[in-house]
Amino acid sequence: MPHDVFAEARRQAEICNACRYCEGFCSVFPALQADRAFSDGDLTQLANLCHNCRGCYYACQYTAPHEFDVNLPRALAELRTESWERFAWPGGLARMFQRHAGAVTIAVAAGFALLLALVHLLGSTGAGDGFYAAMSHGLMVSIFLPAFFFPLTSLAISLRRYWRAVGGGRVRGRDIAAALGKVARMKDLAAGHGEGCNFEDEDRFSQARRLAHQAIMYGFLLCFAATGVATLMHYLWAMPAPYPFLSAPKLLGVSGGVLLGGGALWIAALKTRAERSLSDPRAWAAEMGFVLLLAFIAASGLALYGLGSTAAMPLLLALHLGAVLAFFVLAPFTKMAHGAYRFAALLRDATRTKA
Amino acid sequence: MPYDVVVIGGGNAALCAAITAAEAGARVIILEAAPRPYRGGNSRHTRNFRCMHHGPLGPLTDSYSEDEYIADLLKVTGGKTDEALARIAIRGSERALPWMQAHGVHFQPSLSGTLSLGRTNAFFMGGGKALVNAYYRTAEALGVKVLYEAPVAHLSLAGGRIEEVVFEQMGQSHRLRPRSVIVASGGFQADTDWLARAWGPAAKNFLIRGTPYNRGAVLADLIEQGAETVGDPTQCHAVAIDGRAPKFDGGIVTRLDCVPFSIVVNNSAQRFYDEGEDVWPKRYAIWGRLVAAQPGQVAYAIIDSRSLDLFMPSVFPPVSANSIEELAEKLGLPPAELRATVDGFNANCGDTSGFRPTELDGVATNGITPPKTNWARPITEPPFYGYSLRTGVTFTYLGLKVTARAQCSTADGPIENLWAAGETMAGSILGQGYLAGFGMTIGTVFGRIAGKEAAAHAA
Repeated sequence: MPHDVFAEARRQAEICNACRYCEGFCSVFPALQADRAFSDGDLTQLANLCHNCRGCYYACQYTAPHEFDVNLPRALAELRTESWERFAWPGGLARMFQRHAGAVTIAVAAGFALLLALVHLLGSTGAGDGFYAAMSHGLMVSIFLPAFFFPLTSLAISLRRYWRAVGGGRVRGRDIAAALGKVARMKDLAAGHGEGCNFEDEDRFSQARRLAHQAIMYGFLLCFAATGVATLMHYLWAMPAPYPFLSAPKLLGVSGGVLLGGGALWIAALKTRAERSLSDPRAWAAEMGFVLLLAFIAASGLALYGLGSTAAMPLLLALHLGAVLAFFVLAPFTKMAHGAYRFAALLRDATRTKA
Repeated sequence: MPYDVVVIGGGNAALCAAITAAEAGARVIILEAAPRPYRGGNSRHTRNFRCMHHGPLGPLTDSYSEDEYIADLLKVTGGKTDEALARIAIRGSERALPWMQAHGVHFQPSLSGTLSLGRTNAFFMGGGKALVNAYYRTAEALGVKVLYEAPVAHLSLAGGRIEEVVFEQMGQSHRLRPRSVIVASGGFQADTDWLARAWGPAAKNFLIRGTPYNRGAVLADLIEQGAETVGDPTQCHAVAIDGRAPKFDGGIVTRLDCVPFSIVVNNSAQRFYDEGEDVWPKRYAIWGRLVAAQPGQVAYAIIDSRSLDLFMPSVFPPVSANSIEELAEKLGLPPAELRATVDGFNANCGDTSGFRPTELDGVATNGITPPKTNWARPITEPPFYGYSLRTGVTFTYLGLKVTARAQCSTADGPIENLWAAGETMAGSILGQGYLAGFGMTIGTVFGRIAGKEAAAHAA
């Protein structure tokens, strides 16, 4: 008999609603306290608002061995896993990639293999400059343009399903501003007092996870900006790669890569120290696999910058692009999807709180 | 390693004492009876600290003067208060709040539903367990040794001083001979045999709202050796809570705020007291005693669907039914009698147009006994809901008598190296009744005093 994640989350939410001591920690509790009875949609919204900071767990007077056995971070994490699987498009993929680190590894390996084969079979024309000597610009675009739009389409469908499930309504500009503001500072990993979360060392408050997360997020955005700027330079101003160090794509990409790689390794280290039973243990390994994939993308990207003019370049390029391809394909079905769902949940919460 | 100061107990008062003594340079050990997950005594169930202040302080708004504070206290204790000690606690609270913050406690704006306390009470972010966690971290960083599952069996008192502390751990008996000893191990309410001896056999049916580890072992040991006590040994603070609460440690979520909007009957389906006498925060303690006096120490609150959303949700959903008779069956009450009681109540309700759930609305019954003097609205709209009520004990009043310096004594005079703080000596100040957040004030202020005195004695 499968464990009913909704029934368990509902049971715990009712205990929290009768207690309310954690009201000041994060966005979950004011939202929880606005309800008296919890529909599946309400619980899905609460689950996606939760950032797994664990402040409520360590403050809770009802955790095991107390018979109430409250472990809200875990109940909501399990419900999150379930909800992402339910909303994912195409269905089924999320289940595979969220619960099986092996599937993540295989997908990455497939990305490597594909790109290695392409570089080997088609790449060595010697016709382009820099990386294009190993793989032509046209080939890169023909692989990565669809690979870029696939996760966007998939996540858009998932988010529409999510919005419907949680009863989301009209969004105002100020709601978007409120949600962006919380993401920019990752307020829900700071606890109400701003001293961070209880992640890697029981009840000690620490900013480590918040800072590492923001390094990844801003690093990712910088890398994305680097690619965006380079695309504009290529098509609008006819300035194809390679670029010198003192150029927008390189400056953005190198700083982004350092932040992304450093942040991912930091999160991975924190994850090994964090108590696994306070999140969804079934998703741990696949999450870790995804974090390490991010670290690999950053490291291989930086290595390409350093070794781009050596004989190692074609191999490095294939590995880097293979990892990037795997990242794009996996994005809607792995931990990466949390960014989209968290933002939607914060947006939904903003529409509630200012209604 | 020899310890200068032994602190008995592991809640707020014990931690404040241990931290203060360690900061004064003493080598301190805490003997906590509970296992680590249950450390902190009743402090883990608390949520706020009542604090005097001149002008805004931390999360507190406006001002709360010593005179107003003591007046609030005397109102609830009916004058059963050692005013000199009470004033020490009150005056000490203002400086205690920044001290608490400096030692890891985080406050938050007053919780929703408690806005009336935003001026007088500072709420702990995450509640009392978060406070306890912060203090353990602070204490351990100061080098305080903490032993869990280490109940104290005996303090040997000889020649006006504590010679030895005997405690158990993992089936072994251990002895310490510290220079100073601080008792901060709470009351005796979890020892239901003691409670039954004091209150009568009915006490066996009481629920204990807090920790099962406050069994009063050290208190009993010291009383046997002639330590002076204060407080009525037969009394405990008891409130009406959800009858389905666990025997121990149910805490805040078992409260039930529905009584003013209900009729309350005993197990013969008869009403026995005016449910609408006053707002619930001023009556829940009276109802603990009222329920204790009913057969089986149980009562049942009955409401209709219109009243369900007028009070904070309880952790247990109500029993519901589409008729009064069905509800009676489900609650185990005699159906015909409950029907008659509800009909009789309904027939005597008057004009309900002035019904105001948030204030004393004067919507009263006419001509029934007992009357319901506010919020008397007929129970007519199904579904009907019922909650069982039982007596939940918060704390006991019997405690160790202390001086202004938190020192204990026998009839022969002060005990040279024994101090007490927290619930175990609060009977000096709270002779009866309770003032929200004052237990934590007494624990914090007297914990700090005891810690300072104990360290000075050991130096």
